[in-house]
Amino acid sequence: MFKAHFKKKLLTFELEVDISLSQGILALVGPSGAGKTTILQCLAGLQTPSWGEINIHDKIVFSSERGKDVPIRNRHIGYLFQDYALFPHMTVEKNVVYGKPKKGSNPNKALTATNVLKMLKIEHLRNRYPKQISGGEKQRVALARALMTEPELLLLDEPLSALDQDTRSSLQQELLKLQAQWQIPFILVTHDVHEAEMLGDQIIKLDHGKQEVLKKLTIAQ
Amino acid sequence: MEFDFIPIILSLKVAFASVIIVTCSCIPIASLMAKHEFVGKDIIESLITLPLVLPPSVIGFMLLVFFGKNGPLGRLLEQWFQIRVVFTLVGAVIAAAVVSFPLMYQAVKAAVESIDRNLEQAARTLGAREYRVFFTITLPLAWNGIIAGLVLAFARSLGEFGATLMIAGNIPGKTQTMPLAIYFDNDAGDLRQASILVILMTVFSFLVIYGVNRWRRGLRRDSRGEEI
Repeated sequence: MFKAHFKKKLLTFELEVDISLSQGILALVGPSGAGKTTILQCLAGLQTPSWGEINIHDKIVFSSERGKDVPIRNRHIGYLFQDYALFPHMTVEKNVVYGKPKKGSNPNKALTATNVLKMLKIEHLRNRYPKQISGGEKQRVALARALMTEPELLLLDEPLSALDQDTRSSLQQELLKLQAQWQIPFILVTHDVHEAEMLGDQIIKLDHGKQEVLKKLTIAQ
Repeated sequence: MEFDFIPIILSLKVAFASVIIVTCSCIPIASLMAKHEFVGKDIIESLITLPLVLPPSVIGFMLLVFFGKNGPLGRLLEQWFQIRVVFTLVGAVIAAAVVSFPLMYQAVKAAVESIDRNLEQAARTLGAREYRVFFTITLPLAWNGIIAGLVLAFARSLGEFGATLMIAGNIPGKTQTMPLAIYFDNDAGDLRQASILVILMTVFSFLVIYGVNRWRRGLRRDSRGEEI
């Protein structure tokens, strides 16, 4: 379960967000400069909202009222950067295990690097360096690395925008599959309305800091 | 007359000691300065860079004021650690460290600033604490800049003349480093000794600059190539 209601002052307008999500994928659409990435960064703790409260998995990670601001590393959020942000000096495998928790918090998942690499079909790349693999492969490595931390929420910043059409369609399918398999809420930022429609169980459109709900959660559970 | 190797050995001793001091102090200071903004930062940065443009005699004079027998730092070192700075090799090391610090500082700061901040942020989202981010991401990615700065600082330390002369003096066999030996050998008419040292210093400095440039170009090629 995830709930956030906060405001953040930006240069030319104030961003106001009120979103909640228990399962599935929430897609945030809007033109560039609408504040999409800022929302993800506020959720992850990379930026601080000016007012509001953020709840992840029934834990308050940010509250302006109570003066609470949990540091990034303790928020248990997976974050996929737009440019993947893979560590260039580490192999694919080293990248993937960088955030592996010391002790698995959820023994049922029995998460090993090999499992995650297999699941994302990048096992054969484990000894390569990021500059030696393609864009689609980088995206899979970034996903593997984020999932390895056993996050309670996964944030994806324009995850497919830099990829060609074919890679894009296959990764879209894979994201849907992963979400179903992993059972954690995903929040996905995109400027492509079609992609939002295809992936989002909920769609929210942003324009100048104001949000408009395009599609509400309708999955029966 | 036989060739005197002692200035070479003294110069190497001074340069190694100076580079160790400069490296250990520069990496934390430059990393902090690259990442944080605060009031007075410009003033501190100007002070750090000052030795790069000041005449060596001014630096030597200031060092004498601070580290001299009656200077605040000189008295402290002598009373607490029995270390004398004036007319000793310690003085030469301090002079070399002060003039080479800005070179190393600029190289390390530029290297840290050029690191994609998203990489450090990504490490934080993966649960890394600040010290882990620094040692596993920042430091390895700034490594090339650190090595380049280190080599330049070493070469600069090796060549330090003016400030060294003022604080460490010219005591053959004790504080007479290569640049000082060249000056005084030439003065005394021992052109053979002076020219050998001149050739050694020139070749070495050339190799340092040539090597650093070649290496940097190779790195740029590396970072462009092999992309799929």
